[in-house]
Amino acid sequence: MADPMRIRAVSKDGIVNVKVLMSHEMETGQRKDGSGKIVPAHFIQNVTATHNGKTVLSAQWGPAVSKNPFLEFNFKGGQKGERIAVTWTDNKGDKRTDEAAIN
Amino acid sequence: MDRNRREVMKAGGGAALFAVLAAAGLIRPGEALANGWNKAAFEGKTMPEALKALGAANPANSTDITMKAPDIAENGAVVPVGVESKIAGTESIAIFVDKNPSPLAASFDIPSGTEPSVTTRVKMGQTSDVYAVVKANGKFFIAKKEIKVTLGGCGG
Repeated sequence: MADPMRIRAVSKDGIVNVKVLMSHEMETGQRKDGSGKIVPAHFIQNVTATHNGKTVLSAQWGPAVSKNPFLEFNFKGGQKGERIAVTWTDNKGDKRTDEAAIN
Repeated sequence: MDRNRREVMKAGGGAALFAVLAAAGLIRPGEALANGWNKAAFEGKTMPEALKALGAANPANSTDITMKAPDIAENGAVVPVGVESKIAGTESIAIFVDKNPSPLAASFDIPSGTEPSVTTRVKMGQTSDVYAVVKANGKFFIAKKEIKVTLGGCGG
């Protein structure tokens, strides 16, 4: 299982700013290792952020998203103390969900 | 259309949400795919191919899309790209790097209540035009910015 995500959600003037840093190789499938063999693609394909059970952002990613992906977005309606959850799924079916409280 | 369907599948809201969206005319029932990832779009080798797979064959140029990205990226492996749309009713934002082996880097679905503004970091193999494609009210809009890369981020 991959390392936890770092999620920061800050509420200001009714808008919650969310920053997420994920830990993932994001291997493109185009790189060769020392012996000349292609390193198989391994990257996050789907990302979903939810707040109170409502999806506030969903994304589809290709291998061109950088290693240890960063994501920032803003949504309305979040209150301090409420929680936001972020889930990613990669092309090998690995999955990870992390939560953070809104500050 | 593709993207709405997939959002529904992913959202985990299940049948209820699906029914709501179907009723709203956003999706046609029976068209949902099990896989919430647009393989054809992500594996398209050229911009037109990827745009077509996304259902956005002929996007209109728009000055209401703002791209926040450096003019020159020293490291192509980590190029910050932010896209903000001022187009009312923005439903999705996609980021394309024209000269990457597969141009489509990321696409985001923007539910109501979420601001049409996202930032992420992408890899760039070489100096290229980077495009933001925005879907709003069923129509597609596009903006571009050239980013010069001094050190490529794809391949060995």
